[in-house]
Amino acid sequence: MNSSTAVTWDEFMEGVWRQNPVFVMVLGMCPTLAVTVSVVNALSMGVSTMLVLIASCGLVSMMRNITPKEVRIAVYIVIIATFVTVVDYAIQAISLTLYDALGAFIQLIVVNCIILGRAEAHAAKNPPLPAMINAAGMGVGFTIGLLALGTVREILGAGTLFGAALFGAQFQPWVIMVLPPGGFFVLGAWLLLFSWIARRKLRKQRGAPLEATQNA
Amino acid sequence: MHESAFQIFINALLANNFVLAMFLGLCPFLGVSGKLDTAFPMGVATTFVMLVASLCAYGLNLLLSAFHLEFLRLISYIVIIASAVQLVEMVLKKYSPKLFRALGIYLPLITTNCAVLGVALFQTAREYDFAQSVTFSVGGGAGFTLALVLMASVRERLTLSNVPDLAQGTALSLILAGILSLSFMGFAGLGG
Repeated sequence: MNSSTAVTWDEFMEGVWRQNPVFVMVLGMCPTLAVTVSVVNALSMGVSTMLVLIASCGLVSMMRNITPKEVRIAVYIVIIATFVTVVDYAIQAISLTLYDALGAFIQLIVVNCIILGRAEAHAAKNPPLPAMINAAGMGVGFTIGLLALGTVREILGAGTLFGAALFGAQFQPWVIMVLPPGGFFVLGAWLLLFSWIARRKLRKQRGAPLEATQNA
Repeated sequence: MHESAFQIFINALLANNFVLAMFLGLCPFLGVSGKLDTAFPMGVATTFVMLVASLCAYGLNLLLSAFHLEFLRLISYIVIIASAVQLVEMVLKKYSPKLFRALGIYLPLITTNCAVLGVALFQTAREYDFAQSVTFSVGGGAGFTLALVLMASVRERLTLSNVPDLAQGTALSLILAGILSLSFMGFAGLGG
């Protein structure tokens, strides 16, 4: 019992940290860069993607034994498209402003490589429960990535956080950050930061005794 | 909406470039832009798929609207695109096996290129008529090819220059893309 919880926890954390879809695997770039002009947009995009991800991985995994190998990609795509349509209509019903802000990118969740990648690489080979937990981890990791970008871009580009003004009236927003180039720059900067941290860690380990390096 | 065909074309090509201004099709943009030799054919293949997908999507949308089946739009579009990609794959395999091998895995991946689905969705959302849809898809495809070729040329040059280790790889490509995108902003307002 105890070991099985550990395994599922590990499966969850894989997507959140070690294989983070945004920062490590650099997947699903289009929505990542397009909708992260504000924290609210980033959060809702992350959550919708996560819902689609969990639902489709669950269904793909349940159907893994009856899906013919030759047409599996087509089957996955149709499953994903179904859930995206559901989410699309749900968001439209919940908040029209949000729907307009996210625009076509809700429907474009269909072609988010993270989902198809998870379906093919994990859900098709595992029973429903681990597959869904793994999908949830990926979803959380994706949301964290979106939030990291959305926060930086909203603070710098509009001077607000969750729509509330952070700075005084004299603040001159750095408009370029909410425009397309800003998305590329901020993500590039995050990647630089992560590789800098990884390198520092490596250097510290090299200074440490040999045992520690071998364990790592 | 009464945009002239020329406006739509310029808009899709430069001012609202799919890759650099609308963030569509970034996966192949970052993945295939390493070499000019593969970047250009990839752009052309994608443009062709876009054109086919746009034509089919136009017809299909008429059909779906006639039967009030709008909720099936997304699913049927993606199936159409997948078939169009399959078609391109078969044609390429028969007439240019060399190119087929060069493009490799990226060819079937056009299916999940959001630029292609984006064309179909945007032309529906903006209620373009037949001629407008065709211009839009060709312009968008040309814009995608342009961005891909520009990026590949810059990256080919960069292999010879001395870049800090830390920035090597994706971070460098992203910052490059940012600079390209910055310069494309200069076209804003061109399409009117």
